Amino acid sequence: MVDCRGETCPVPLVEARKALRKASPGDVVEVVGTHPSSKKEIPMAMEALGLEVLGIEGEEGGEWKIRIKR
Amino acid sequence: MTGEAGASPEKITIIVHSGDFDKVYSAFIIGNGALAMGMEASLFFTFWGLGRLKKGQLDKGPLSKMHMWGLGKLMIKSRMKKAKVVSLERLAQDFKELGGKILACDMTMDIMGISPEDLRQDLIEEYCAVGTYIAEARSSTVTLFI
Repeated sequence: MVDCRGETCPVPLVEARKALRKASPGDVVEVVGTHPSSKKEIPMAMEALGLEVLGIEGEEGGEWKIRIKR
Repeated sequence: MTGEAGASPEKITIIVHSGDFDKVYSAFIIGNGALAMGMEASLFFTFWGLGRLKKGQLDKGPLSKMHMWGLGKLMIKSRMKKAKVVSLERLAQDFKELGGKILACDMTMDIMGISPEDLRQDLIEEYCAVGTYIAEARSSTVTLFI
């Protein structure tokens, strides 16, 4: 799990990418954060990378959790 | 999905001409964002920008506006700290880790009397001139001059 709670641009995006580079194909990477824009930008990045987003949880403006399959 | 995108990735090339604190931040944030989203990224440091690659100088540039003999920068830095913006050093390390390339302009080195020993050789991938920049830029989908 990548914990980016309290972190701002561009850290959640960068940390998600770093974690995915280290993960093996098939692994599930979980990113947790609070930065509002990253909640939509991480899935945008995954689409660009051709990776599957398994789920996005969290209330508007609060903590969110994104699960990605490497 | 089989994972990381196929074919050859898109590329962004940024000329970092300014040595201003805020503008160097912009360059590294955009570069890191591009890498995180699967692009290749090159930062070409030239002129005032190259000064930021001297040892111990990465975050020593003035603000592009309202520097006010350092007072404005002090204020911005404290606000950035409060907003939990990471340091330029951290952004530079992440940029390298994600495969970003930092290029240093050798003509600027001649003009300013800078030798490779004065520079952050741990960050710099290559010392080069306009030909290398154009070779990178012509295959880039995004190019910026900062």
